[in-house]
Amino acid sequence: MTDVAPEVIKIIGKKIRVEKTDIGMDDRLQDLGLESLDALELVFDLEEKFDIAIPVNANDAKIGGFETVADVVRAIEKLVANKS
Amino acid sequence: MTGATRVVVTGLGAVTPLGLDVASYWAGLQAGVDGIRPVELVPPERLQQKVLGEVKNFDPLKYFDERQLNTLDRVSQFAVVAAREAITQAGIDFGGGRSERTATIIGTGAGGQTTVDESFRRLYEEKATRLYPLTIPKLMMNAPASQISMHCGLRGPAFVVASACASASHAIGLAFHMLRSGQVSCAVAGGTEAGITIGAIKGWEAMRVMAPDKCRPFSQDRKGMIIGEGAAMLVLEREPEARARGAEILAEIAGFGMSADAKDITAPDIGGMVRAIEGALADAGLSPQDIQYINAHGTGTTANDRTETAALKTAFGAHAQKLAISSTKSMVGHALGAAGALELVATIMSLRAGVVTPTINYLGPDPECDLDYVPNQARALRIDAALSNSFAFGGLNAVLVVKQYRP
Repeated sequence: MTDVAPEVIKIIGKKIRVEKTDIGMDDRLQDLGLESLDALELVFDLEEKFDIAIPVNANDAKIGGFETVADVVRAIEKLVANKS
Repeated sequence: MTGATRVVVTGLGAVTPLGLDVASYWAGLQAGVDGIRPVELVPPERLQQKVLGEVKNFDPLKYFDERQLNTLDRVSQFAVVAAREAITQAGIDFGGGRSERTATIIGTGAGGQTTVDESFRRLYEEKATRLYPLTIPKLMMNAPASQISMHCGLRGPAFVVASACASASHAIGLAFHMLRSGQVSCAVAGGTEAGITIGAIKGWEAMRVMAPDKCRPFSQDRKGMIIGEGAAMLVLEREPEARARGAEILAEIAGFGMSADAKDITAPDIGGMVRAIEGALADAGLSPQDIQYINAHGTGTTANDRTETAALKTAFGAHAQKLAISSTKSMVGHALGAAGALELVATIMSLRAGVVTPTINYLGPDPECDLDYVPNQARALRIDAALSNSFAFGGLNAVLVVKQYRP
């Protein structure tokens, strides 16, 4: 786990709609009950937290192509690294 | 509703990304011209979205003097210009008490957004200490209805209807029912929107529902809607009065249906759409088999287009396969509170010309959108009756039925 992962998990934890306290890297976003507007808010919160722009179109079948928590973490790490 | 007084259309007006009157709008629609172009109204470097359906070459001084423009936001300018065109075509004289019996019912999603944006920019960015004195009358939601009533001398019931993307259809439908019930004998009804401002477009960007390049309703690989702007107005009259004054009757408004999803603030709902469609058909006294053409809501988002397709299949059954369905938004974008009026004008022109306009930028069928969307090319089609669908954010649905006028 990098520094990014705990922050991402904390932000995801605020948006989920299932009872779960131990979100792990392998958890699938769909299983966490993220609805489409939740996902948009999640992307916004991540952009604000890390001062990055995440290219996402809500018309795509999977928001941002993210399947699992690990996918989100990897994407954020990459965007944060590219920033510096 | 059979036996009731019929309601007819005697004038049309439009200000659109394809042209500043009905003739140029219709020519563009038939030719499949893409009105979505590079952004000019706001500095493009502030936007991620680089193309929008802007009304180009609109010079307000061609239509208004400078003093008049002091009170007219772009949204009201469009509205008055389209209303004047419709009234001119109708050739109607509002003297002799008719003005008092003429309603002005206008849909707009958000009113004078250019004025709002400009005022806030002055305050927050330039740290201005005061605003222009007529800021409020320019930005107020009811300004388009008030301005049409003042500029055209219409003294009957006048107000604005706001239901986001269904505003114009709700406005026209309400006018239709007021005419049919005899509350008024004439109405100017339609919709207007002018929301291409940094503030509003950044809001749409944040929803992440816009396609970056082209609007491709019902197509495979569609990437979303694209915001547009404009206005369209209709003159509606009770049939006996229109005939008595020898008016040319363009079409008949036959039915209107509305519903609310009561579900999600953005996601569309099959049930809500079906209830509005079925309500409109019942109001018109028509069966599904009587309809040949649907001017779809067809925004180009994955969610709307598959839901609308499913709703059409539910409401029309096997007849859905025989319908010609097309989306005007593929060419002009989504003009929100004006969209329903722009689309009803297109539908009436289709009815009169026997030509259905295409859904452009269509790449091929999507498994979830498997009806006939009139891809890319206009088509000759004899239309007796047609639907114009409007389904708004917030789950507010409005569907209008128009048919050929037969005395």
